[in-house]
Amino acid sequence: MSALLELRGLSAAYGPTSVLRSIDLAVEQGGIVTLLGANGAGKTTTLRAICNMMVRISGEIRFNDQRIDGNATEDIVRLGVGHVPDGRGTFVSLSVEENLRLGAYTRRDRQVAQDFERVYGYFPRLKERRRQQAGTLSGGEQQMLAISRALMLRPKLLLLDEPSFGLAPLIVQEIFRILRAINEQEGVGMLLVEQNANIALELADQAYLLETGRVVMHGPSAVIGSDESVRRAYLGY
Amino acid sequence: MQALLHQVLSGLANGGIYASVALALVMIYQSTHHVNFAQGEMATFSTYIAWQMINLGLPYWVAFLLTLVFAFVMGVAIERIIVRPFYKAPALSVVAVFIGLLLVINSLSGAIFDYTIKPFPSPFPTDAWYGSPYLSSHEVGMIFVTLVVLALVFAFFRFTPLGLAMRAAAENPVSSRLVGVRVGWMLALGWGLAGLIGAVAGMMTAPIVYLDPYMMFSVLLYGFAGALLGGIDNAWGAVLGGFIVGVLQNLAGAYLVGTELMVTVALVIIVGILVIKPAGLFGRTIVTRV
Repeated sequence: MSALLELRGLSAAYGPTSVLRSIDLAVEQGGIVTLLGANGAGKTTTLRAICNMMVRISGEIRFNDQRIDGNATEDIVRLGVGHVPDGRGTFVSLSVEENLRLGAYTRRDRQVAQDFERVYGYFPRLKERRRQQAGTLSGGEQQMLAISRALMLRPKLLLLDEPSFGLAPLIVQEIFRILRAINEQEGVGMLLVEQNANIALELADQAYLLETGRVVMHGPSAVIGSDESVRRAYLGY
Repeated sequence: MQALLHQVLSGLANGGIYASVALALVMIYQSTHHVNFAQGEMATFSTYIAWQMINLGLPYWVAFLLTLVFAFVMGVAIERIIVRPFYKAPALSVVAVFIGLLLVINSLSGAIFDYTIKPFPSPFPTDAWYGSPYLSSHEVGMIFVTLVVLALVFAFFRFTPLGLAMRAAAENPVSSRLVGVRVGWMLALGWGLAGLIGAVAGMMTAPIVYLDPYMMFSVLLYGFAGALLGGIDNAWGAVLGGFIVGVLQNLAGAYLVGTELMVTVALVIIVGILVIKPAGLFGRTIVTRV
């Protein structure tokens, strides 16, 4: 079976500033891959490049063996790529429920109503607050909302951009536990960008190490995480 | 007392028109932060289309509906073809584009339908409303039509998926694209709706002021004053602002400055709001960290 997502020689640039230099990466069906690296290594840019957002790209991006590089963002979403962006991208003036309804905006099937319950099952706190304005939620709740919004798409692949950012350790653990559950119950593949290498390596089965726009190392998370020199040089713990 | 009541009520009738224009302005402002100075001219041109269809013998309400369709398509086309290339342009260039658009559409109205003043029919009876000393039937009908249009617009934004997507696109275009909303088309739709609302305002105004290419000049000014008064990023506020301006204008005209100087009321409101409370009565003050 072919990979869910495959990047071949992917380069990306903001205007004249080149950020990614010929990256190769694969996410298997239902697999979890984490992308680690320092600030400015190109992690967020990789996710933006996959969605064709704000960056100029060259190289090849395959999703379910279909080339998607050059497609419009809105069309890539329709193939089943759910993006949880950095900064969470909350629609702050809309209610929690409206945020979720937007997540299902591209769907025309009749199971959307059930999916509200499915998503509230993962994050019961959102159900309590469903009529509340999303901007009034706490940071952790907004992160849950961002993940839920992407889940409303019924995605095959989730792109997660630093879901731990700015959150208390307990909340981070809760969110990662739920991500694990989502992966196990729905077989959603995930590409996870993280600064918090420790918790990311625990969740992911494959890890890629990014340095100034290049992949300097990749392999099973367990191997990467247990390599003393890698940990000291790149992961900082 | 009776005179005062009359002034207030007919002020509300005018205010409905200003509220519609204010809402049309806000709709475009919210998603693009541009003020469409050509809004009034688009309305006038649409009203000419209605006049033409009625003259060709179409029943009033058929012409009314067809005009709404025309105004919607015109709004979408103007956004797609003329405004869209300027989204990344500096603010002043955009202002120049809108003023150019104002002049072009104004001249088109004059060139196609000539500059002579034309009567425009009202769909409502011409007599007083059930013998009421306060309001004419047209004024009552005008308030009614305006309220129906405003209610429909709000219901559209509140209850339909497309309305939700348009609100989302106005608030956060990046996130909107990530859930699959085609943001460019949402902007075009906003222009279409603004054109449609403006057309209603034009067709309701024309029976009172008569149809000529400059008919909406002062209406746009009052609508703009209403939008600023209520807060130009707040649809409810702008509608309320429109009604307030309508009443203020009538009262000032009757008791304060006389009808000749009534337009100054709009200018005083605009300058006053910008000096004292730039966000308007119900607008949000935007604080940016620099």
